[in-house]
Amino acid sequence: MNLAEKISPVNDTSAVETPAVSVKGISKVYPGGVQALDNMTLDFPKGELISLLGPSGCGKTTLLKIIAGLIPATSGEVLVNDKPVTRPGNDRAFVFQDFALMPWATVMRNTAFGLELRGMDKSEREAIAEKYIKDVGLSGFEHSYPHELSGGMRQRVGLARALSMDADVLLMDEPFSAVDEQTRRKFQEDLIRLVEVEKKTFIFVTHSIEEAVYVSDKIALLLPRPSRVSEIIRPDICRELGPDAMRRDSAYLDTVEQIWSSLRSYVE
Amino acid sequence: MKLFGVHLPMMSSLLIWAVLWEIVGQLELTMLLPPLSSIIDKMIDIVPTASFMIALGETGRAFLVGTSAAIVIGVPVGILMGQSVLIDRLLLPWVNMFLSAPLTALVPVLMILFGIGEQTVIITTTLFAIWIIVLNARAGVKQISPSLVEMANCFGASWWQSFSKIYVWAALPEILAGVRIGFIRAVKGVIIGQLLVSIVGFGRLFELYSANFLMEHFWALLLVLFFFAFLMAEGLAALERRVSYYASNR
Ligand SMILES: Nc1ncnc2c1ncn2[C@@H]1O[C@H](COP(=O)(O)OP(=O)(O)OP(=O)(O)O)[C@@H](O)[C@H]1O
Ligand SMILES: [Mg+2]
Repeated sequence: MNLAEKISPVNDTSAVETPAVSVKGISKVYPGGVQALDNMTLDFPKGELISLLGPSGCGKTTLLKIIAGLIPATSGEVLVNDKPVTRPGNDRAFVFQDFALMPWATVMRNTAFGLELRGMDKSEREAIAEKYIKDVGLSGFEHSYPHELSGGMRQRVGLARALSMDADVLLMDEPFSAVDEQTRRKFQEDLIRLVEVEKKTFIFVTHSIEEAVYVSDKIALLLPRPSRVSEIIRPDICRELGPDAMRRDSAYLDTVEQIWSSLRSYVE
Repeated sequence: MKLFGVHLPMMSSLLIWAVLWEIVGQLELTMLLPPLSSIIDKMIDIVPTASFMIALGETGRAFLVGTSAAIVIGVPVGILMGQSVLIDRLLLPWVNMFLSAPLTALVPVLMILFGIGEQTVIITTTLFAIWIIVLNARAGVKQISPSLVEMANCFGASWWQSFSKIYVWAALPEILAGVRIGFIRAVKGVIIGQLLVSIVGFGRLFELYSANFLMEHFWALLLVLFFFAFLMAEGLAALERRVSYYASNR
């Protein structure tokens, strides 16, 4: 097991420093009686990108929403920077699968919306938004409306909005699933770069094993509903190779294969 | 509309009816229907008169106050109904009932409660307009994508912020459609109210003209009223078209 190091979920070796987000024994039963999560425990170390990978309906979105403070857990607790989560806060920002942009507002207003809600005044928040619009490569589209943008560009707005909040933790729910493959690859590279420069913790939900292996520092494989962490995989890949060479690299391919064989048993 | 390859303006069908009306009027088949030309003559006569202007002022004021109340109350109530299942269960049966109820029958009761005067007319106007506004605002909220609401919560929106920055805007296409229909109903409401109270505004004039068989006056007044109602509906429809660009992708 030298290609991808297996770590047991509880005794995470890198958790010497306090983790950015710590999920402790979270269970979630929806009012209808569906149990989405069962006693899940998982740490998210600072400055890393951790992917949540698991079969459809296993509770990934549920976990993200609980961390975001959008819905309460039935039991257990979530700590963000050692403080228990009770409701949404400035330390977390969400990137939505369906972008969740306001169609009546321009790219600028959408990007600055989180800051607008905080009550920051217009010139200040637009200066910040401007920077992130540039960072995600949307300069020149400040005054466009979402319906004038492609899916990929819309998600960039969603990303810029989350980044402009300057939160410690970014929660991303399948952010690239609604964009085409080329855009997706571009996004993945941008994301890797972002993780390096932004010093933030990214919690990233995806369906794609390749994507997870490519972008993640760590991958948490989740069991089917009610969900727990089945294993944590640290892809031992060398990003210096460049995206194309890396996708042919044997370490990369072996990790993909390993995850696939773990997941296959549930899919069948 | 196109006829023999010629592009006809929107209202050209009205022209045909106007000509038909003129012909029937000129034939003097019935005194109830004078020719259109003499009605328009009469319109030019009576519009500048003081009694008309006073009536117009009274009607306009009752209409404005009544419809404003319908919007100010109706939109938030509709939005609350869309947000909360509990409030919805509580109010929906009543809203549906009043929407289809013969509200005219209520006016005498209102007269007892609020006196024979402007107040009753205003309340009648509100009652005619408000239900469809409530229902449309509710429908508008029901179709908001849940992630937009989650987005607002997630970025720390207060109740008031998500109401004023998300709900109202996301439901705006439906709200405006409701307001347009509500306004058309309110025209009915204000006139019915005034007719039954019969001492204010256009209602008094209608009473006066029809009681004295002044059919030209009567029709002239009706045409003026149509004209105002038409302008208003078109104005609101134009506003609706301005927000329709995002109605399909909320
Ligand atoms: N609001 C809700 N009420 C009741 N049950 C729900 C609710 N939201 C989700 N569920 C159920 O909880 C389970 C987990 O849902 P969740 O959306 O978290 O899955 P997911 O892992 O994000 O799936 P996907 O990969 O398809 O997005 C599913 O079985 C779903 O049916
Ligand atoms: Mg999901």
